[in-house]
Amino acid sequence: MSTTEATYVIPEKREVTTKPRFSDKVFRAVVTGGGLSSLVILGLIFAFLLYQGLDIFKSQGIGFITNSDWDITYDESGYVLSNKFGLASMLIGTMLCAFIAVLIAVPISVASALYLSFYAPEWLKKPMVTIIDLMAAFPSLLFGIWAYFILMPSGAYWAKLLHHYFGFLPFFKNELRIFSNSPFIVSLILAIMIIPIITSISREVFAQAPLDRIQAAYALGATRWAMIRAVVIPHGRNGVIGGAMLGLGRAMGETVAVYTVLNIVFQINWQILFGAGGNVASMILLKFGEASAYETKALMAAGLVLFVLTLIVNFLSDLLVRSFGAKGK
Amino acid sequence: MTTTTPFQDIKPQRPWQASTKDKSVTLGIFILSVALAYGVVLFTGLSGKLGMFSSFVFIFVFINSGRSYLQFGSAMAKDSLVNILVAVGTFLTIIPIASILFEVFSKGYKGLYPGLFYRDMSLNSPNDPANVGGLGHAILGTVLLVSIALIFSVPIGILTALYLTEIRGKFSRPIRFLVQAMSGVPSIVAGLFILSAILYPITKNNSSFLGSLALAILMIPTVARTSEEVLNLIPNDLREAGVALGGTQWRTVAMIVVPAAKSGLLTAVILGIARIAGETAPILLVAGGGDRYNYNPFNGPMGSLPHFIWNSFRSGTPESTARAWTGLLVLLVIVFVLFAIARFFGNRKVGK
Repeated sequence: MSTTEATYVIPEKREVTTKPRFSDKVFRAVVTGGGLSSLVILGLIFAFLLYQGLDIFKSQGIGFITNSDWDITYDESGYVLSNKFGLASMLIGTMLCAFIAVLIAVPISVASALYLSFYAPEWLKKPMVTIIDLMAAFPSLLFGIWAYFILMPSGAYWAKLLHHYFGFLPFFKNELRIFSNSPFIVSLILAIMIIPIITSISREVFAQAPLDRIQAAYALGATRWAMIRAVVIPHGRNGVIGGAMLGLGRAMGETVAVYTVLNIVFQINWQILFGAGGNVASMILLKFGEASAYETKALMAAGLVLFVLTLIVNFLSDLLVRSFGAKGK
Repeated sequence: MTTTTPFQDIKPQRPWQASTKDKSVTLGIFILSVALAYGVVLFTGLSGKLGMFSSFVFIFVFINSGRSYLQFGSAMAKDSLVNILVAVGTFLTIIPIASILFEVFSKGYKGLYPGLFYRDMSLNSPNDPANVGGLGHAILGTVLLVSIALIFSVPIGILTALYLTEIRGKFSRPIRFLVQAMSGVPSIVAGLFILSAILYPITKNNSSFLGSLALAILMIPTVARTSEEVLNLIPNDLREAGVALGGTQWRTVAMIVVPAAKSGLLTAVILGIARIAGETAPILLVAGGGDRYNYNPFNGPMGSLPHFIWNSFRSGTPESTARAWTGLLVLLVIVFVLFAIARFFGNRKVGK
């Protein structure tokens, strides 16, 4: 073996700089572009639906939101003779069902979240949380078909009971005594669908309740309920309301599960037990199959209204959850 | 040689746990309430499961809180009242899910047979008995729909998450809100968007590629939010170590942060798939549905599991309804498996 001469190369002094390298510039540009894509997609949705529905908004004006007729007539060659599109009954139906669903879902979800956070024995906690999370991943088609075959008979029976005992209240009136396919049953299935969502948000919020205060309350001899009332509820109130708003948004946009259950009628109906109601998303699906090109534009416009409505609800929910986050720290 | 230590046979006391006596008293009250509720159902106008359940809850609450009040005072009585109410709330949450699982399995398993998984419906109508035809074409369609949706949604979702966790630029707040807003976009609106932006002006034809685009819109927020949570769990030490070794941000993220978060990111993707696998409304609008195998995602309607179930459900005969339940069973099992895989990866320690 021959000896090798070791050569040491002393590198030249590098310029020390905080300027990002070229690769970093590319990286940042790509990631920022990806990050902004949600803005682009939402903007495109708005723009295209507006573009397609513009004719309808122009011809119907404010009546598109305040009327509740949906009529279009053609002559023999398919030319549109007259048309009248109004979403009022659908919008009222959508909001009514979603609102009742949230009213039903919030107490049950908050109770579940409290139970899972503070009352449940340890061995029960983990499987329950897994099951409820799994339920949030169920496809809405599954809820819809289950609601049609299984929930509807029971729901109609409960509606009959409500009508029997509380029929004097205007909301529970039902002259024709048709109880299936009613907004009440839609509200029940929507409530079942959003309970897992609100439960998991409430659980997260309750888990962030300050531990020192919880322990202080226990150390002062508080019962669990006294501790919850003094520490957890004041801390988590806004977060739970935000979760409920999120559930409201989900309930308003639900399509298939409502479509299977509801009997869609273009008439404003406040009697929730009566088997007729409105829902924007399901109406779009219902009318889409047989719609002409012009009517499809009206459906696009209806989609835009629904889109804007859910955006507003989501925005409010975000504000509430954020205000909770600011106080929670 | 044995050594004995003092206090060896003294067990730790747990005064906060229910003693055997407490447990037996609660059990006794439980049985008493069931008996009383049964009596109420027998002798009053209340009837059925609903009457039984509500009278049981009422009686149980009354006796249990009354006992707590007499023994410990009003604070304990309130606590036991709330304890029962929240347990009832959890019960009401679990009832529908138990019913859904029970119905799907008990109604769906009858239609299962080997041919179901590779035959298509081109020679059969949904009204045929359950032992002919199958949903092979629908499974293929769903796999294609989801795979193409993945190509779009995974990069965008993960890039969004990287922006929120690595760059933390001035758009962070609005983007976080927009992702949240996007997760609230109704699925039918996603379908209408693809319809108005691509199908009517350009292709004028149903294809599963368009369905994938609509599904991608619905999947991006799920992937982005779950990935963001995962990337937030990566300790900052790792990033600082990468930079201290002279790595650029690009190399730090690509070679340290993302590999460390690998299993979590996989979880995010799988949860996204579970979210869209059963999505129905946009598929009905833009992908259409065929009843035979279609291997070309860019041309012609393609069957999919949701469409198969929907079609069978809408036919309304007993045979087609049974077919719909079988389809639901297959879809539910797929969601189950995806969820289990996501749990498996999600429970592994981040950074290993």
